[in-house]
Amino acid sequence: MIRAVIVMNTQGKPRLTKFYDYMPPEKQQELIRRVFGVLCSRAENVSNFVEADSVFGPDTRLVYKHYATLYFVFIFDSSENELAMLDLIQVLVETLDKCFKNVCELDIVFNYSKLHTILDEIIFGGQVLETSSAEVMKAVEEISRLETASNTITLVPKSISGWRS
Amino acid sequence: MGSQGGFGQSKEFLDLVKSIGEARSKAEEDRIVLHEIETLKRRIEFIIRLVYVEMLGHDASFGYIHAVKMTHDDSLLLKRTGYLAVTLFLNEDHDLIILIVNTIQKDLKSDNYLVVCAALNAVCKLINEETIPAVLPQVVELLGHSKEAVRKKAIMALHRFYQRSPSSVMHLVSNFRKKLCDNDPGVMGATLCPLFDLIAVDANSYKDLVISFVSILKQVAERRLPKTYDYHQMPAPFIQIRLLKILALLGSGDRQASENMYTVVGDIFRKCDSTSNIGNAVLYECICCVSSIYPNPKLLEAAADVISRFLKSDSHNLKYMGIDALSRLIKISPEIAEQHQLAVIDCLEDPDDTLKRKTFELLYRMTKSSNVEVIVDRMIDYMISINDNHYKTEIASRCVELAEQFAPSNHWFIQTMNKVFEHAGDLVNSKVAHNLMRLIAEGFGEDDDTADCQLRSSAVESYLRIIGEPKLPSAFLQVICWVLGEYGTAGGKYSASYITGKLCDVAEAHSSNDTVKAYAVTALMKVYAFEIAAGRKVDMLPECQSLIEELSASHSTDLQQRAYELQAVVTLDAHAVEIIMPSDASCEDIEVDKNLSFLDSYVERSLEQGAQPYIPENERSGMINICNFRSQDQHDTSTHTLRFEAYELPKTSAPPRISPVSLAPSTELVPVPEPSYPVETHHVASVPSVSDTGSTELRLRLDGVQKKWGRPTYSSPASSSSDSTSLKAVNGVTQSDVSSTSTSRTRDSSYDSRSAQGEISSEKKKLAASLFGGPSKTEKRPSSTSHKVARSTSPAVEKSQGPKAVASSTTGVVSEKAAPLQPPPDLLDLGEPTVTSSAPSVDPFKQLEGLLDPTQATSAANYGAVDNTKAADIMSVYSEFPTSGQSSVIANPLPTNAGDANLIPGLSTTNKTGHAKGPNPRDALEKDALVRQMGVTPMSQNPNLFRDLLG
Repeated sequence: MIRAVIVMNTQGKPRLTKFYDYMPPEKQQELIRRVFGVLCSRAENVSNFVEADSVFGPDTRLVYKHYATLYFVFIFDSSENELAMLDLIQVLVETLDKCFKNVCELDIVFNYSKLHTILDEIIFGGQVLETSSAEVMKAVEEISRLETASNTITLVPKSISGWRS
Repeated sequence: MGSQGGFGQSKEFLDLVKSIGEARSKAEEDRIVLHEIETLKRRIEFIIRLVYVEMLGHDASFGYIHAVKMTHDDSLLLKRTGYLAVTLFLNEDHDLIILIVNTIQKDLKSDNYLVVCAALNAVCKLINEETIPAVLPQVVELLGHSKEAVRKKAIMALHRFYQRSPSSVMHLVSNFRKKLCDNDPGVMGATLCPLFDLIAVDANSYKDLVISFVSILKQVAERRLPKTYDYHQMPAPFIQIRLLKILALLGSGDRQASENMYTVVGDIFRKCDSTSNIGNAVLYECICCVSSIYPNPKLLEAAADVISRFLKSDSHNLKYMGIDALSRLIKISPEIAEQHQLAVIDCLEDPDDTLKRKTFELLYRMTKSSNVEVIVDRMIDYMISINDNHYKTEIASRCVELAEQFAPSNHWFIQTMNKVFEHAGDLVNSKVAHNLMRLIAEGFGEDDDTADCQLRSSAVESYLRIIGEPKLPSAFLQVICWVLGEYGTAGGKYSASYITGKLCDVAEAHSSNDTVKAYAVTALMKVYAFEIAAGRKVDMLPECQSLIEELSASHSTDLQQRAYELQAVVTLDAHAVEIIMPSDASCEDIEVDKNLSFLDSYVERSLEQGAQPYIPENERSGMINICNFRSQDQHDTSTHTLRFEAYELPKTSAPPRISPVSLAPSTELVPVPEPSYPVETHHVASVPSVSDTGSTELRLRLDGVQKKWGRPTYSSPASSSSDSTSLKAVNGVTQSDVSSTSTSRTRDSSYDSRSAQGEISSEKKKLAASLFGGPSKTEKRPSSTSHKVARSTSPAVEKSQGPKAVASSTTGVVSEKAAPLQPPPDLLDLGEPTVTSSAPSVDPFKQLEGLLDPTQATSAANYGAVDNTKAADIMSVYSEFPTSGQSSVIANPLPTNAGDANLIPGLSTTNKTGHAKGPNPRDALEKDALVRQMGVTPMSQNPNLFRDLLG
């Protein structure tokens, strides 16, 4: 299964993290730091695979892809195929690109929740759900359509008082 | 919140009240209120901000409750955001989960499938073993949902439950099987995940599904699925990969099942597009499958072809996969490595660390006694060069393992271990150190004393050389001290004062390390004891004297004890010393009188003097019940679990107390305090007793005690029983080792017929020759002779192995003449040595080839009854599906529409198209400007995320 998805920029700032097994926030930060340490020590024209045993425990691999200012990192175990995971990163990025038209780091920063929606349509509970970016787009569009629809119906949510108190 | 007006409200609230109050018309008031509502609704954004803040590593726990509340909301947007936040914030054991379970239950029954999906998403992350029953019925119900997306997610949620707690969904396995025939291929694909896990645990119960899996795979490979499942012109590659993984599990060691798979796997090998990344992923999976199922020569050949393509590729990724695939296939057909030796060596010297490590893994798997020296040397070199402690530990333990298994000579073994210890001493298991000491003490167990002596003296020599180096790891120093103590003066080559001087230096240089000092002092004592026993006069060096004095005032009682013992031993006469410290007796068994019968007279005397007879503790229990209960309670609470069974009788008390029970029953031993003192002192004294035969009363008692309280460091070289068994294991290995040399010889000679390829640097050739047994005849001969030369020069135990090796090589030649084609049995084989060469009695390919092109009916008939029912069903379903699937408005994956059309081919063919991406560079530049403004990507020169990808 896929253990975690991390998107971070080339300075090591996380842009999107999703851990499919719970990790306390401190642990997440440490893992992100260590992953970044591994990634930035790697040269340009080497493989996209890293054995991640020392960071994530036994039987874990890490696949990453470097786009402009961003690293896309998938961490998974032996029940997945490295090359296939590399393509899954491709699927994610393709989808983002379709969604944002020329996606850049800023889109990812500003559309944080949309990113999660997209990711949830691709990976579900650590398993690959969908690999066609067209299908993912369709699902995501459907979601945003229904979300706006439901918002106009119930203009005033019931529990409006909650947040600020 | 700056409070004004004393009511604790914020200024904003006051402003709101004021502006409403000042509103001059209903319309204006409405406008203000609506605006306020809009503001308030932005709390979604607050939650998102909170998630963001936490991702950056700050504490957002105060807001968790708001996220939980948000999941209760009716609005889809809010609900989904709430679920997103809780899945990111909470874990399944968090206190707030209890507030969510109810919502999840309700939402799983919702009419809106998006709500259901959001809830399922939360289920995956937030439901633990205890809460599974609360949602399980609803999730199972969703397996029949009309939306395939929901069915898919429901299956995955069940899979998640299975991962959490296999027992909770065991009764639902039939549902997984049923869902395999779901009329949506996506749902079928999702079902493969839990089935894969189930099959990994117990393959035998799913053998009946082989036919179905094979026919599904066949249909997928033949593109019977709707076009929407294509990915980069590959039909549903992720499903193919999953299926191949399952087939690999099902076919492993099962000839009948495997034979069903040969055709379809062969088809995939042929059809797969090896230019795309995903095509290679499927090919790699095919190789994994082929290497796992019952071997088929044709498939192995196809796999070997693919591997050579991978290894020859320029892509590091493919090389990596090739090396990995090679290490899988090498188990079945070891000769395949031969073709790729140079590629493997290239990978070994590649700057890419991942690739290098993978290659070491391959080498580790193909190590045999003929190439162990080269491989271990390489590994050690690499180990020295890296800083990553985790991997260092791993590679060190692998070196040790290989050295223990395949060592061509003891001398080499000791040298290798020295290197490993020197560079990774504190990372390897302490057992390894004890193994090394034992090996030096016992030799290889052969009855050749001179060989053992030579071995020891070579060890002593090497240690005396190494000992001066700074920063030796503690474990290694312990070994050095022990060996110098036992054997430093044995050969007569070094004087006692020389050895003791060195030992004192060690103790001095590592004054902060008590264990090393203890080893050093004990070694000193041994050296002096042997001197005395040999009748020579002992002159203690001044630095030694000062060391002893310093240690006898040490804070460590252990060191003190050793220092005093040393002083005591030195004053004894030769006979006494001989009994206490017999020379070279570290391997002797120590007899342990468990009944402590030597105490009988003492006990008798005490009884005569009116002492109370000893009552075993379990009989005493009536009296000290309470105290026992208390201690038991403490024991129980320490485990932090509730006890459901009734309390036992209090006879199970803390282990040290049991020892009096095993004493002679009538004796009276003063229970705790008094033995504890002798224990303390004597167990320390038991270090010298490691090397004695142990016949006097005093020491016997110590040994008995030592087992209970002694520190493991000391007891483990002394515990004779475990030693002797593991020694046998070592012997066994070395013996099988000899036989394996013969097999490797045979292979070497069979390799000769192959020719070398290309001009390659002679160094690489040499390396290849030593790793693989030589690429050509001319290469191989010298290398093997040099091996022999090396052997005959290497000392001692070699002798016994030398003739055997020669003999085995001749037998190798003989067997080669007899059956040149038959590959010899290899250590790495899985017990099916002749499989690769002896073709199955009926070639399944030939058999099936005729059946391939005719109608399905015949092939279905070939597959048998199960196929007719179940698989045919699936087929019909899928063949119907394309029409319906395409009619539903699926965004056409082909770029025939709209403005951004040129993006898509650019992406799908990855980096082949060179043109700048996107119709609107201006747009991108603007974005970039904004980026810089925001300080998000100060380094980037690149406005476009995809330029790298495309350029």
